[in-house]
Amino acid sequence: MINKVVKNANEAVKDVPDNAVLMLGGFGLCGIPENSIQGLLDTKVKGLTCISNNAGVDDFGIGLLLKTHQVKKMISSYVGENAEFERQLLSGELDVELIPQGTLAERVRAGGAGIPAFYTPAGFGTEVAEGKETREFDGKMYLLEKGLVADFALVKAWKGDTAGNLIFKGTARNFNPMMAAAGKITIAEVEELVPAGELNPNEIHTPGIYVQRIFEGKNYEKRIEQRTVRS
Amino acid sequence: MALDKIGIAKRIAQEVQDGMYINLGIGIPTLVANYIPDALDVVLQSENGLLGIGQFPTEDEVDADLINAGKQTITMRDGSVLFDSSESFAMIRGGHVDLTILGAMEVSENGDISNWKIPGKMVKGMGGAMDLVASAKNIIVAMQHTSRSGESKLLKECSLPITGLQCVRKIVTNLAVLEVQDGGGFKLLERAPGVSVDEIKEATAGKLIVEGDVAEMKID
Repeated sequence: MINKVVKNANEAVKDVPDNAVLMLGGFGLCGIPENSIQGLLDTKVKGLTCISNNAGVDDFGIGLLLKTHQVKKMISSYVGENAEFERQLLSGELDVELIPQGTLAERVRAGGAGIPAFYTPAGFGTEVAEGKETREFDGKMYLLEKGLVADFALVKAWKGDTAGNLIFKGTARNFNPMMAAAGKITIAEVEELVPAGELNPNEIHTPGIYVQRIFEGKNYEKRIEQRTVRS
Repeated sequence: MALDKIGIAKRIAQEVQDGMYINLGIGIPTLVANYIPDALDVVLQSENGLLGIGQFPTEDEVDADLINAGKQTITMRDGSVLFDSSESFAMIRGGHVDLTILGAMEVSENGDISNWKIPGKMVKGMGGAMDLVASAKNIIVAMQHTSRSGESKLLKECSLPITGLQCVRKIVTNLAVLEVQDGGGFKLLERAPGVSVDEIKEATAGKLIVEGDVAEMKID
């Protein structure tokens, strides 16, 4: 098996260049690549385009990269959980493209699967459709949406092996598997890294062919945005 | 008397049928889960990748890797399944979810819905709303009949940016239950307890269709 292990986040992201297009897994703060984000903070790379469902909060997740002005553009479905994001958007420092969540997921899936474009009904008749080709199938209208790929995909899994195979936990899976496939270079950080052969092949979610670099992350905070409990 | 949010949630819960797969939006729709009769077996879908949302966790059960689409911590019921976001929206787009309940800022008399953006204010994004309204077989809107400033939210045409066209079937407000008719118009099905047809007419800017006696809602 090809060994894809790198030492840590700093080694994994050291060659991410200025103006790179990145995909970052996660839904809210659930399943985000915490270590790789810290790695990007350390390299101080600039002008990033970040494709991610959300944009983090003021002091965590992608919000940290916004604070340091390393992000030029966000491509997301739901943003605005943080004040600094809003300030940069309103002042014109940050470019934002909003995409329906299912369209974003499918554009990433298509990109990784070699599908250049597909039709979806989401957004027909709305401003999302502006400038896009539309077509009727069986009496219903659809929009043509293009697949998305990225220079680097930064994903987070629960367990992984030295061959790059990944297993996710709970709802931390979200956008991570599709992004792994859509990155030219995919960097996976995992909570537990094991030798190839130790994961049950029946239970692997993301095949290692999609993953170029893998490392065991550390100090996971796994912040919760809306801690809700019953008494 | 007009219903409060819990009253709206209780009335919508009466629309739920045994065996349904249901997606609940954020806000009043989330409350609906609390009032679905125990005798009904339904499965709640969370678009971030779960079928089978359970109750909120106890302190000991809280797991940062298990949240709903509103980013609240949750638990899973027996028989739950986890999946990625593209699978989740394949279920939604493919018409496999039986019922979608969501909030709205405005609904038009032909079933258009606006619920994602107010121009000039901070834009947070549409999340999964556009995908849901474009593909759901059955959409029920939960909302107040009028805005805080007293303007009707049931209009001839939506004034705010559209989320989806001709997709809303039923609307449950603090005043009434209404059904969008083919060809346009809100048919008044039920009144909130003690609310008159005239009060509902007054609060509805779009075409209101009233036929015969309109029953009062029955809410426990």
